[in-house]
Amino acid sequence: MAERAQPVSPWPGIGAAALVATLILGTLAAVALRAETSSGFSPADWAALKFTLTQSTLSALFSVLLAVPVARALARRRFRGRRALIALLGAPFILPVIVAILGLLQVFGRSGWISDLLGLFGLPPIRIYGLHGVVLAHLFFNLPLATRLVLQAWQEIPAERFRLAAQLGCNGAAMFRLIELPMLLRILPGVLAVVFAICLTSFAVALTLGGGPRATTIELAIYQAFTYDFDLGRAALLSALQLALTAVAAFAALKFSRGDGFGTGLDRAIRRWDGGTPTLDAFWILTAATFLLLPLASVVISGFAGLFEMPAMVFRAALTSIIVAAASTAILLLLALPMAAAVATGRYGIVELSGILGLAASPLVIGTGLFILIRPLANPTTLALPVTALVNAAMALPFALRILVPAARDVVTRHGRLAISLDMGKGTFFARVLLPRMRPQICFAAGLGAALSMGDLGVIALFADPQIATLPLQIYRLMGAYQMQAAAGGALLLLLLSMGAFWLLDRGGRWHAEA
Amino acid sequence: MKHLLIAAGLLSATSAIAADKSQLTVYTYDSFVSDWGPGPQVKEAFEATCECELNLVGVEDGAALLSRVRLEGENSDADVVLGLDTNLIAAARETGLFAPSSISADFALPIEWKDDTFTPYDWGYFAFVYNADASAPANFKELADSDTKIIIQDPRSSTPGLGLLMWVKAAYGDEAPEIWAGLADNIVTVTKGWSEAYGLFLEGESDMVLSYTTSPAYHLIAEEDASKAAAAFDEGNYLQVEVAAKLAGTDQPELADQFLEFVVSDAFQQIIPTTNWMYPAVTPAAGLPEGFETLTVPENSLLFSPDEAAAVRDQALAEWQNALSQ
Repeated sequence: MAERAQPVSPWPGIGAAALVATLILGTLAAVALRAETSSGFSPADWAALKFTLTQSTLSALFSVLLAVPVARALARRRFRGRRALIALLGAPFILPVIVAILGLLQVFGRSGWISDLLGLFGLPPIRIYGLHGVVLAHLFFNLPLATRLVLQAWQEIPAERFRLAAQLGCNGAAMFRLIELPMLLRILPGVLAVVFAICLTSFAVALTLGGGPRATTIELAIYQAFTYDFDLGRAALLSALQLALTAVAAFAALKFSRGDGFGTGLDRAIRRWDGGTPTLDAFWILTAATFLLLPLASVVISGFAGLFEMPAMVFRAALTSIIVAAASTAILLLLALPMAAAVATGRYGIVELSGILGLAASPLVIGTGLFILIRPLANPTTLALPVTALVNAAMALPFALRILVPAARDVVTRHGRLAISLDMGKGTFFARVLLPRMRPQICFAAGLGAALSMGDLGVIALFADPQIATLPLQIYRLMGAYQMQAAAGGALLLLLLSMGAFWLLDRGGRWHAEA
Repeated sequence: MKHLLIAAGLLSATSAIAADKSQLTVYTYDSFVSDWGPGPQVKEAFEATCECELNLVGVEDGAALLSRVRLEGENSDADVVLGLDTNLIAAARETGLFAPSSISADFALPIEWKDDTFTPYDWGYFAFVYNADASAPANFKELADSDTKIIIQDPRSSTPGLGLLMWVKAAYGDEAPEIWAGLADNIVTVTKGWSEAYGLFLEGESDMVLSYTTSPAYHLIAEEDASKAAAAFDEGNYLQVEVAAKLAGTDQPELADQFLEFVVSDAFQQIIPTTNWMYPAVTPAAGLPEGFETLTVPENSLLFSPDEAAAVRDQALAEWQNALSQ
């Protein structure tokens, strides 16, 4: 294939992708090589694989199907508090698992708010535990993410398209068919693959909401192989299976999501003339908001009392978490921006694939692999925080890429030829054209990365030192010491910090989204 | 010249070690080292006597702790491991990584303890904890026949979960699958660890939760709340005995022995009840803290020997999985 001139160099991105692939596959290899004997797959593992595939597929389908009307409603309507609502909708995604489970069950559990309400009318409590409970919980985590990703794409449609359509007298249905449907077909496979991969590695959520051992996922089997059987070979094998499933999903998504973007626009603020059905839009927004905000409200309510009972070390842990989140966000951008630029030049799908692997990598395998690799060189405990920041960045990378790649592609298509004809240097194009034009996406990705890193337990538990703890670890420690109220306070603090970081960073980039 | 440099380097290295205090590294589970656990007080008390520095390293839980030691193998950084229980002892012994140390003490365990390698430091009964104003079933069969809702932990990821598996097996042997089948409709859910289960129980998600007979002591002593109780079952309650042991590869064998002696001494044992919320393995001279006398004490106790536990473990797990996956 003849080399076509490109406005931006793919090599830094390829380097970053190689680094990420080395981290994920290298740690897996380290675990596999350390194995003494391995028993291979057991029938129970096949059952786990079947359940994992079923729940991830259902969770991904429901999250994406529901995200479309919610995102469309949010894209079409302007109302007071819209921004705050969009920011709040990001919250479930960043809660530590244990806090999210308690919040969800406070609403949907046997003695939750809904069951209490039903009780007033003499109705039996709802039965939340089972496959439907698992899907509901994953919907709680992933609907906001899917909505944000779809909404982002909606807002990237040039305003001129809607103007033209309105001028030509298109009604809502025609506008959907001509403008919105092609956009959805282009981005939905990618969103599906991301949500599928997230749900693939679910463990505590699936087990608790699933109601028992029939809800055994591959991640639980990996944990069991590590700690219950100490069968490193089987752990590595299962982890490789998880990665392979994600790679297949990602390949399928990349294959199906081809299609042209919308081309040039003048960056005007988007106005919509297809008023359509306000009641329907209101219904979707209200339903999604109620579903997502009720469990958050329960986290806030139960945390409020504990907020004043928290010992000083909780605040110290919060500070540690902020530092780790900042470092992790910096690493994330250093990896994601060159990778997005490389993908945007059009020939490096493999770069995108290596970015998505972070989703499917078992934290336990990465952590153990790093431990094996670091130990001959240094005391792993002293490196707990840098390692946590690095792994958090790798885990957030797939999200950052989903956000950055479409925008980078647009910039390269729109301005690339002009830059080449002006003989603009590749570095200059990257710094002066690509980055400034991607500011909203960069800030959104940074916000998400910071919030994710803040809320994720990550690998710190494997390397922990009694003196050093991040906030999620401190919350687990409080719970382990019966201090449920202080833990609830810590969870609220974490929620506030994560939302704050997300709000601050994301706000910096919202120059084109009007209130 | 080169040799001189190396010699100088070695010399300064040895003098640096001589100037520093000797170091003892103890691997334990995470809740032991947390600020609310025994860790901080244990460190202070031991360092007051040993002219050394005690490094406590926390690793998730007992099972993860053993995995860590196996991962590090013969050149582990740890000198002592504290926090395995009887269900893990057989696997730990089989690794050959642990060394005997002749610690003797007047153990206050409900069973006789004879082991030259693993030294008990605390113990407790597994039990279902419930709200004291409710009534509790007297045994597993009564529980299975009732509509009492319980939350348990997964034996594959949690020590209490594994304890319950052993409990049912020890009490019912070949009848265990029927007991689990009977309990299936009582189990609200199975959680990854103790914290999730206990948190859900406190939120009112179930009538009972698998924990320890000592759990009500926490609520009584730390929160002045007498509303929780633990049920004694007439089959007997299964015991958890937590042990510490010296690693064969330690470079501080004397200090490690000194630490194990310290573990069974009053100084260590009196810290345990109100920080680890378990019974001390050796009753301290001052007795148990006030409030412990109110705790339920089961009439019978059950415990598999480490070898029995290892032998029945996989079959018991398969029975559990089958019964609850229907």
